[in-house]
Amino acid sequence: MAARPTAKRSPRRDDGGEHPSGDPRFKLIDRTLKRFQYQQDALIEVLHTAQEAFGFLEEDLLIYVARQLKLPLSWVYGVATFYHFFSLKPQGEHTCIVCMGTACYVKRAAEIVASLQAEFGVEPGQTTPDGKLSVATARCLGSCGLAPVIVVDGEVLGRETPETTLSRLKALLDTSQPEPMAG
Amino acid sequence: MNRADLENMAQREQERQQGFRCRLLCCASTPCLSSGGTAVADALQDEIARRELNAEVQVVSTGCMGPCSRGPVVTVQRQGEPDLLYENVTPDAARRIVQQHVQGGEPVQEHLLPLDIPFFTKQHKVVLSNSGLIDPERLEDYVARGGYSALAFALREMTPEEVCAEIIRSGLRGRGGAGYPTGLKWDLVRKAPGARKFVVANGDEGDPGAYMDRTLMESDPHRVLEGMAIAGYAVGAEQGYIYVRGEYPIAAKRLERAIRAAERRGLLGSRILDSNFNFRIDVRIGAGAFVCGEETALMASIMGRRGQPVPRPPYPAQRGLWGMPTLINNVETLGNVAPIITHGADWFAGIGTEKSKGTKIFALAGKVATTGLIEVPMGITLREIVFDIGGGIPDGGTFKAAQTGGPSGGCIPAQFLDTPVDYESLRALGSIMGSGGLIVMDDRSCMVDVAKFFMEFCMDESCGKCVPCRVGTVEMYELLRRITDGSATPADLATLEELCVMVQETSLCGLGQSAPNPVLSTLRYFRDEYEAHIRERRCPAGVCSLDQVPVLEWPDRLHAQALAGNGSISGEVN
Amino acid sequence: MSVVTLTVNDELVSAQEGQSLLSLLEELGIQIPTLCHLEGLSERGGCRLCLVEVEGSNRLLASCVTPVQEGMVVRTHSDRLLKYRRMILELLFAERNHVCAVCVMNGHCELQDQAVNLGMDHVRYPYLNPDLPVDASHERFVLDHNRCILCTRCVRVCDEIEGAHVWDVMGRGVNSRIIADLNQPWGTSQSCTSCGKCVQVCPTGALTTRGVTVAEMEKQHDFLRWILDGRNKKQWHYPAGEQ
Repeated sequence: MAARPTAKRSPRRDDGGEHPSGDPRFKLIDRTLKRFQYQQDALIEVLHTAQEAFGFLEEDLLIYVARQLKLPLSWVYGVATFYHFFSLKPQGEHTCIVCMGTACYVKRAAEIVASLQAEFGVEPGQTTPDGKLSVATARCLGSCGLAPVIVVDGEVLGRETPETTLSRLKALLDTSQPEPMAG
Repeated sequence: MNRADLENMAQREQERQQGFRCRLLCCASTPCLSSGGTAVADALQDEIARRELNAEVQVVSTGCMGPCSRGPVVTVQRQGEPDLLYENVTPDAARRIVQQHVQGGEPVQEHLLPLDIPFFTKQHKVVLSNSGLIDPERLEDYVARGGYSALAFALREMTPEEVCAEIIRSGLRGRGGAGYPTGLKWDLVRKAPGARKFVVANGDEGDPGAYMDRTLMESDPHRVLEGMAIAGYAVGAEQGYIYVRGEYPIAAKRLERAIRAAERRGLLGSRILDSNFNFRIDVRIGAGAFVCGEETALMASIMGRRGQPVPRPPYPAQRGLWGMPTLINNVETLGNVAPIITHGADWFAGIGTEKSKGTKIFALAGKVATTGLIEVPMGITLREIVFDIGGGIPDGGTFKAAQTGGPSGGCIPAQFLDTPVDYESLRALGSIMGSGGLIVMDDRSCMVDVAKFFMEFCMDESCGKCVPCRVGTVEMYELLRRITDGSATPADLATLEELCVMVQETSLCGLGQSAPNPVLSTLRYFRDEYEAHIRERRCPAGVCSLDQVPVLEWPDRLHAQALAGNGSISGEVN
Repeated sequence: MSVVTLTVNDELVSAQEGQSLLSLLEELGIQIPTLCHLEGLSERGGCRLCLVEVEGSNRLLASCVTPVQEGMVVRTHSDRLLKYRRMILELLFAERNHVCAVCVMNGHCELQDQAVNLGMDHVRYPYLNPDLPVDASHERFVLDHNRCILCTRCVRVCDEIEGAHVWDVMGRGVNSRIIADLNQPWGTSQSCTSCGKCVQVCPTGALTTRGVTVAEMEKQHDFLRWILDGRNKKQWHYPAGEQ
């Protein structure tokens, strides 16, 4: 569901493309730019595409988008940081999103967050130093009937407890070579 | 495509469906999928293939059927027999259903969910009438159940004025929370001068604990599109935007597909149903900002800007997207439009109460036996919702409060369980209808903690434009935090109360104006809990830790320290 | 332009249609506190100090963004309004580290003036004491986030008057911050023309000239009127290519 794409940065290749780096992922951005006829109103759509392609919005990417749409840099940066969906930092290999909607909160989702903090030493919004796991909280994933809900690598899991979450994540991190693709 | 083609399509699809001896409807909405719905659907398909029943049995992936906590759910429609619903279906149970029920005609008793329980009988499905019965990814399924006939009727038989008049007469009010009469809004936009006009469907459902809009968009996307097209015809708009919350990728994908399918058949786009009416719809994806549910912030976001509200007036009906008159309706509101046109305003006005017509969808969650999505007639009592439909409080708990309206709403205590659910009654109790989140709390929920939870939400979601909301929410949260950790003084409570009223009255937009509601409503009905935290250093529900000591009150502080018994002084010293 | 009549603090007054309530009140000599408003810039309606009571409206209205209307009944200085204005100032003082005693704008600061005028002499809310940086990378100016009240006058003057749009706001809520370009040190901004307009319109000590010491900084807004009057008056245009 709300999982942020966790694409790792692939090595840059030199096979053409409109961006001087030749990174083919810029073509995806160019396609969106063309679809919206380089309208400045399309900034959020373009940022969505950019984040999907690159996993996060690095500075170079923001500059590229700003130049293409002829928008001031601070404008683009302001929009990118206003919305929680956009990330300016690389995400971990795996993501665990804990829903903190009302139903999940009433059913003690905060204890799951606390257990993650204790086990992995990361606060919501942070990534472990080894880059393996990003922990985030979400404001309602709309699966309130299954509260508390977590999303691990895009897979929605319901009726979690701190114990089940921890064992699930430990198993995932232990076997994370190669990365299993879930849901 | 014209009207006759539409009727043909409906007839062909109905005949196709009748060609199957048995239809198995599998709920493929998020809650059921995350309880293992995919494996169940696979098992059904597999078993049917194994028994070579493909020609006579159809498996359909549908939208939400309602009882989410009992998922995965499967409906069995056998020709000539009433529908039967199975709950908690496992792949094993799925195979047995095929073998025993589909082939043998004997229902599998242990997974059967009776359809005559109050959960179903107390509901009245208008907006969700197709949800759970059709494949949301097939236009034909929607058309077979009368889809797009309301649009066809409106285009051929009604003038835009008449459409607006019909909606006004129906008494439909905005389902996003505030309850403004929908027809009046349409008429304002229709009359507003402007070279172009826009229709916006607000699907930025941000209330934690609410998922009505998501379910509607995922389970019956064409219903929303048809409502938008009728609205476009009524107000004179040729372009619509449907703004979907970024957290709902499935809803966005289904809407995109539905738009393309409808455009291919001439139900959207140019010269719709061979009329002179053109209407295009584009999907816009939000990026995680609750404030974008506020209509001026939503428009800013559609135009690619920071989602900050602007002062009203001018209202969007006068100056909206790109300065043009813009109609903004919640998707649930738009979901009511086609039924009203089809069945007439009188039929719709016959449901509900004097001032609140029709039905309301609630996402029932929290400490209640059966959680899920329900659609009930306005005027139903909270007691019926919680105890009849929801089946009461599980694990021997007692009902304490129902929270409606999310971070903009309030908590309704047990003594008001018999209040009818409508816009005015809820407002009189200090809560609001809101978009439809309904969270049940039992005696193990601390109301101060709940208020703090909502305030933290508002603090995170404040856009930062106006001072009362930007700083006020943080200060209110800070005071609530003090109350729950034991470091508050009685003076803090007075400061909190005064601040709540100020933020309510001085904030720029609805987010700030309603952010204090959860605090004010819990103060109104559960002041004793606040007092217990501060004066007795006790959390009646046993949720708060109260491990800090008050600041700035030396005698009390030493006393409290002795009470706390840990000897350590914490909290800042000013 | 037609004239409308309305009642302000029990007195019947006339105003021009389309005029903002705030400009009318200023003409009448009624002192309304403002912070984000600055004549010549677009209105924001964010600081909420200029709120007034209008009969028939259940909400308080920001006079800077409310046009006058025929028959309007307005109150500008009720006890409730005075209390709320003081509370809003308290919130501003609690939000960031406004320590007047060591501020270069001490004595000339609009925030400080409003506090004095409204009699706000102490803050009852917890100080948030955020840990905010000072950007002294620009060769002529300094940006001190501790003094910033997010009125966005600098953002608007840079966009609307200078046309460079160096400034914008990043983040949201209480974590909002004024940024130059891609949230980089001001001195490294390539779009900044070092014109100093943002410094002159800043109501507090957030934007100041480099090298001034406590209470030395004073600001001039007059340039705004000169520029705008000139732009409005401009009676001829060079044909393309002749300029």
